[in-house]
Amino acid sequence: MKILREIFLFYYDGFRSMTIGRTLWMIIAIKLFVIFAILRVFFFQPTLHGSDEEKADQVRENLLRQ
Amino acid sequence: MNDIVTAIDWSRAQFAMTAMYHWLFVPLTLGLGLVVAIMETIYAKKKLNPDTPQTEVNEWLDLTKFWMRLFGINFAIGVATGIVLEFEFGTNWSNYSWFVGDIFGAPLAIEGIFAFFCESTFFAVMFFGWEKFSIRQHCAATWLTAFGASLSAWWILVANSWMQHPVGMDFDPDQMRNVMTSFVDVALSPTAVNKFCHVITSSWALGACFVISVSGWYLLRGRHTQFAINSIKVAGIVGMVGIIGTMITGDSSAVQVSQDQPMKLAAMEGLYEGKQGADLIGFGILNPNKKWDDDQDAMLMEIRFPKGLSILSRHDPDAFVPGIKDIIEGRDIVDGKEINTVNYNERILRGRIAQKALRDYNQAREYKDSIGMDNARAKLAKHYQFFGYGYFGKVDEAIPSVAMTFYPFHIMVILGSWMLAFLLATVWIVFRRREWIGYRIVGHPVYPWLAIITAPIAWVCSQCGWIVAELGRQPWAIQDIMPVQAAISSVGSGNVKLTFFIFLFLFTSLLVAEIGIMLKQIKDKK
Repeated sequence: MKILREIFLFYYDGFRSMTIGRTLWMIIAIKLFVIFAILRVFFFQPTLHGSDEEKADQVRENLLRQ
Repeated sequence: MNDIVTAIDWSRAQFAMTAMYHWLFVPLTLGLGLVVAIMETIYAKKKLNPDTPQTEVNEWLDLTKFWMRLFGINFAIGVATGIVLEFEFGTNWSNYSWFVGDIFGAPLAIEGIFAFFCESTFFAVMFFGWEKFSIRQHCAATWLTAFGASLSAWWILVANSWMQHPVGMDFDPDQMRNVMTSFVDVALSPTAVNKFCHVITSSWALGACFVISVSGWYLLRGRHTQFAINSIKVAGIVGMVGIIGTMITGDSSAVQVSQDQPMKLAAMEGLYEGKQGADLIGFGILNPNKKWDDDQDAMLMEIRFPKGLSILSRHDPDAFVPGIKDIIEGRDIVDGKEINTVNYNERILRGRIAQKALRDYNQAREYKDSIGMDNARAKLAKHYQFFGYGYFGKVDEAIPSVAMTFYPFHIMVILGSWMLAFLLATVWIVFRRREWIGYRIVGHPVYPWLAIITAPIAWVCSQCGWIVAELGRQPWAIQDIMPVQAAISSVGSGNVKLTFFIFLFLFTSLLVAEIGIMLKQIKDKK
């Protein structure tokens, strides 16, 4: 428990004492939000669906119909 | 049909654009990580030596912290830009993603897990741990961050190398995917080892050029002169080792490409007709109307190095190097004997046989005909190495864009040669002829200006290297097995176009932010 607390305080103090880091973390947060909450959710859904067998069937059809 | 073609082109453009943006950040992380680790080691040695004057210790601490800050900025802005490539695999290239199975997935998963643990621990110690860890522990964390970043790159390059030269797998028609049969063959394939060494050493050179370039700016302004000289000393050595390593591994790459991807090598040199003692083109302009099967000259003008290509690709000045026409017609000469490789018409035929065998296998499986399944599977295995050629209607479709391979290759070689000359000169000047740093021509200090322009040169050179590697192997997503038109998902081009521009905006914003924050840090340095 003590170790976990020390690890927490290490990161907590580190983040609190950052200067330039605050701007960077804001950029990272915005970037991750755009990538995961917008692009991933609305634009980058996997195109194969179902069980592994169903996915294999979809790929089989795609590859052999060409 | 037109929408499929457009979707392929937009998906390729999107992948190329995101990969190129990602590659702006990665080599700096790899190169600057090593430079910072060496700087901190020097600082630690000085700090632990009681005879070192305190001012000198402080100088090296300041140096280490400054470059570490720029390393952190680059890392923070660049982190996760590679994730979008994985999204694109799943959405735009789903046939490919499924088809490569765990061969591709396993290295990427290892990379993801490894990167997360390395970055969240050692990276945090590096930035938050100055007061909480001993100097030795802190220095070890910095080295582990640099080492972890390189190891992370290893797994990505293993995946890429497998696409260039697929090994250690069997195709399973039931699962419709390639199954890894030897992890060692995949992870330690000569292509992967060589590619890793080439990428890492070239990144060292790039990181070093960045440090020298920023230091050159301080010299130009007459600010922080001793800081700049010390930085150039470390970066000069790293850069020199890096660029020499890049040249050596580039040479082994050329030999590998001549064996595994001869079409790429022919395109890199604009070589249509093979010859013994083939010349290397130092600089040239391609004839844009040249076709592989006509008699026009391939070049409008060129400067040649006699027998250079034979030496480069086969380490023998009199060796035969096949051109595009020879490769298509299946002709090569090895050890003085003419041999027949498999010509492209036959490859197309065998690719179609393999695809028909797969159809037969599926039909036999449906009817639970085990003998039919065995026969079809045996036929598929026999011709599988040419599976992808079955998608082509004619041999022309299997030729990469010669111009898009030739020009980046020659730009890379010319700029790489500049980096070699500049970095060797830098080490000589900074250690032996310090007074030359202030040498002026018509009132302008020469060295600082050359230093400043070398950083963008290094980036262009690095990008060109990847363009050659990736465009030179077109039209293949997986060499000889899966062309891009088979790898693409059934996606509409509209969606891909839209996300292309979203990525363009996002990554350009990140790049502008990075440059802005870095410039502010550099200008405001106390």
